[in-house]
Amino acid sequence: MPLLVAEGVTKRFGGLVAVSNLDFEIEQGGIVSVIGPNGAGKTTFFNCIAGFNRIDEGTITFDGLPIYHLRRDKIAHLGISRTYQNIRLFANMTALENILVGLHHHLRSTWIGAVLGTRHVREDEARAHQEARRLLQFVGLQGKGDMLASKLPYGDQRRLEIARALANSPRLLLLDEPTAGMNPAETQQMTEFIRRLRDELGITILLIEHEMRVVMGLSDRITVLDHGERIAEGTPEQVRANPRVIEAYLGTPAT
Amino acid sequence: MTDARSAVMVATTRHPWGGVVRVGLLGGVVAVYLCLVGIVPTFAERPLISGAISLGHTALAMAAVFSGYLAARRAPAGNVQAVAAGALAGAIAGSALALLVVVGEVVDVRAVMLQASPALYDLLTLGMGLAGFWIPAVAGAVLAGAAAAVSILPSSYRLPLSWGLVAVVVLGLFAGLLRTPMLTGALSGVARFLFASDGLTPVGAVITFVVAIGTNVLQRRVLVRQRIAEMPATRRRALLAPAIVAGLLIVLVLPLSLGGFFAQVIALVALYVLMGFGLNITLGLAGLLDLGFVAFFAVGAYTVGLLTSPGEFGIAQWPFWAAIPFAALIAMAFGAFLGLPILGIRGDYLAIATLGFGEIIRILAGSDLLKQWLGGPRGILNIPKPIDVPPDHFLAGPHQIYYIALACAALVAFVAWRLRDSRLGRAWIAIREDEDVAQALGIDLVQTKLLAYMLGAAFAGLGGGIFSALVGSIVSSSIQLFVSINVVAIIIVGGMGSIPGVVVGAAFLIGVPELFRELSSYRFLFYGIALIAMMRYRPEGLLPSRIVRRELHVPDEVAAPGAPVNGSAAG
Repeated sequence: MPLLVAEGVTKRFGGLVAVSNLDFEIEQGGIVSVIGPNGAGKTTFFNCIAGFNRIDEGTITFDGLPIYHLRRDKIAHLGISRTYQNIRLFANMTALENILVGLHHHLRSTWIGAVLGTRHVREDEARAHQEARRLLQFVGLQGKGDMLASKLPYGDQRRLEIARALANSPRLLLLDEPTAGMNPAETQQMTEFIRRLRDELGITILLIEHEMRVVMGLSDRITVLDHGERIAEGTPEQVRANPRVIEAYLGTPAT
Repeated sequence: MTDARSAVMVATTRHPWGGVVRVGLLGGVVAVYLCLVGIVPTFAERPLISGAISLGHTALAMAAVFSGYLAARRAPAGNVQAVAAGALAGAIAGSALALLVVVGEVVDVRAVMLQASPALYDLLTLGMGLAGFWIPAVAGAVLAGAAAAVSILPSSYRLPLSWGLVAVVVLGLFAGLLRTPMLTGALSGVARFLFASDGLTPVGAVITFVVAIGTNVLQRRVLVRQRIAEMPATRRRALLAPAIVAGLLIVLVLPLSLGGFFAQVIALVALYVLMGFGLNITLGLAGLLDLGFVAFFAVGAYTVGLLTSPGEFGIAQWPFWAAIPFAALIAMAFGAFLGLPILGIRGDYLAIATLGFGEIIRILAGSDLLKQWLGGPRGILNIPKPIDVPPDHFLAGPHQIYYIALACAALVAFVAWRLRDSRLGRAWIAIREDEDVAQALGIDLVQTKLLAYMLGAAFAGLGGGIFSALVGSIVSSSIQLFVSINVVAIIIVGGMGSIPGVVVGAAFLIGVPELFRELSSYRFLFYGIALIAMMRYRPEGLLPSRIVRRELHVPDEVAAPGAPVNGSAAG
């Protein structure tokens, strides 16, 4: 059974149909990319999955459970994490604190326990810090835990945002243009890192990406959106050969 | 210095003396304003140096001094020019006052300007009336010229001189406060020598001036700061310990030597520190602007009143100590009740909603509807003191409230400190930074915000309960919007999220106006000036917390290579 299934999803903003009657599914352990020209509705579709937008028609189910009516925090609790197209870290918290916020749901200490400083709370905190440091190391930010998020270089901010998303122990990770603004070497690193996420942690990954080399290199399957509609779906080879995709990207039929 | 001045000159491409004239005109407007709103005449009744200089004259002199200082920085290069610029600005400012005297003496403007009285003109002309109309202009020129001259001196002269003047003003203001306790001890001779019943004696002023200059010069010679900075960390910590002990002694022991009135004032300050700590959780950590703090203050105050008073509205006649936990708990329950429907609202709208709740509770407290239970404007009387001691005991009177408020404030500070570094504190800060992202990370917004709101409410209730014991009654007129404004202003002036900041803010905004009763009618004016000045020049507050300082004062680094932190959600 697929992990995430969207059926007939439609999202309108006033008169604009941002996502139109979209069917989509992603298998457990897969890496699926959503591509399309600017304004095709990719991020809107992400927002619908993560609970940032309420869909107008259709259903979205995660692991068989309908999620399209749930609040963002409930969706996160089910195991869906995301990153943002324009990085949205807590700029005035340190890198470590950013990850600790991501661990929030997995910690159990109550406010009274925190005030009293009970042993349970202290152990909880120690575990959280250990886990946060492990995640920092996993994304290659070891030693930078005490730096303010806003002071990290751009590439590190992207990695920190992924580490924060991983803190939730997600089963499905939504990455919104993870290589945007990176040079070819950084892009290559990020591509390998995303593959590690799936191979080592077993996380299913849904990706919005413009960089075709990343998309073609990583994806098991690709969905192409244009004007909110799905115009193609298939393996990288199928999509690459699809005349409608080429038309959507280049505006003219292939010669 | 010269570079700075010429830079200003380049900026003002008009006539080189234009900036100086503008400063003078501005100084004149300020001086006339101080006179016409009644600050100068009111202050004139309070001597700074007994029999010589009043606070009213000091206020005008300060306007002249600032004009001189600013004018010197805008003058063309050169020492003579700087002093001349100061004198010119001072003369212009003083001329505005002279004009006021002339117009006032010739045409009676009292029908429009209530404060433009003959007494004011006598004050400005040193008793000479119309014949002495030139006095303010000359005095302004002299004072501002002197200020300009001082401002261009090398810092080794300028700083001690300024320091001496500040010391005289501060000691003169606090003379009454310092004199009373000193008179009873071994220092009574010194006290009589330095302080008259109303301000410094002239001799005392001279001594203060000289001693202040002396210590400042000595401190610069011995390079105290530099030496402390060069010390190894362990020795510096060793120095810190006695400082903390001294601070504790001042906070704990000094109040005992103060009279009843001052004890009342510091008890009130301690109470506001307590409530400031409470709101700091709601506003400083979670970023929820709660302008209805007084609602929970009222709940706490009436809870203690109802539970303890043996009077007609009392229902239980419990001791204070049994009632005060209920004050906090019931206020907390109100916080939950009021918070649940409105915490989905964001930012400014939340502020308005809480403001509305505060007003509803205020009006209810004084309403006929609840009069049969709460006593309306007559209120609940005879609320007993928490600690029952004979009248000559050192804890009789407001002192005991001071210690109780202090202990509770310490408790609240402890709670806030522990929570800040916990899972919950991080969630609050995350919500303050980016609510949507925080929620997408699995944080339950309503539950988390509600807890911050309820804790703030509980501590407001605690403050209200202690307040009713301090005053010995709770009447509906004590429930004012001003309570909420006070607490928010304390946090803004002190520094958001900062514990020492709240103490300083409360001392500054609650203590100072209470000590200077002359100020009381201008309280809101000073609040306004203080808040505008803070927002303009020091938005992070007097003693900001680490986090807020880095938010507001590292804009260049925040906007460094990795700029797009925290962008808006794009579709």
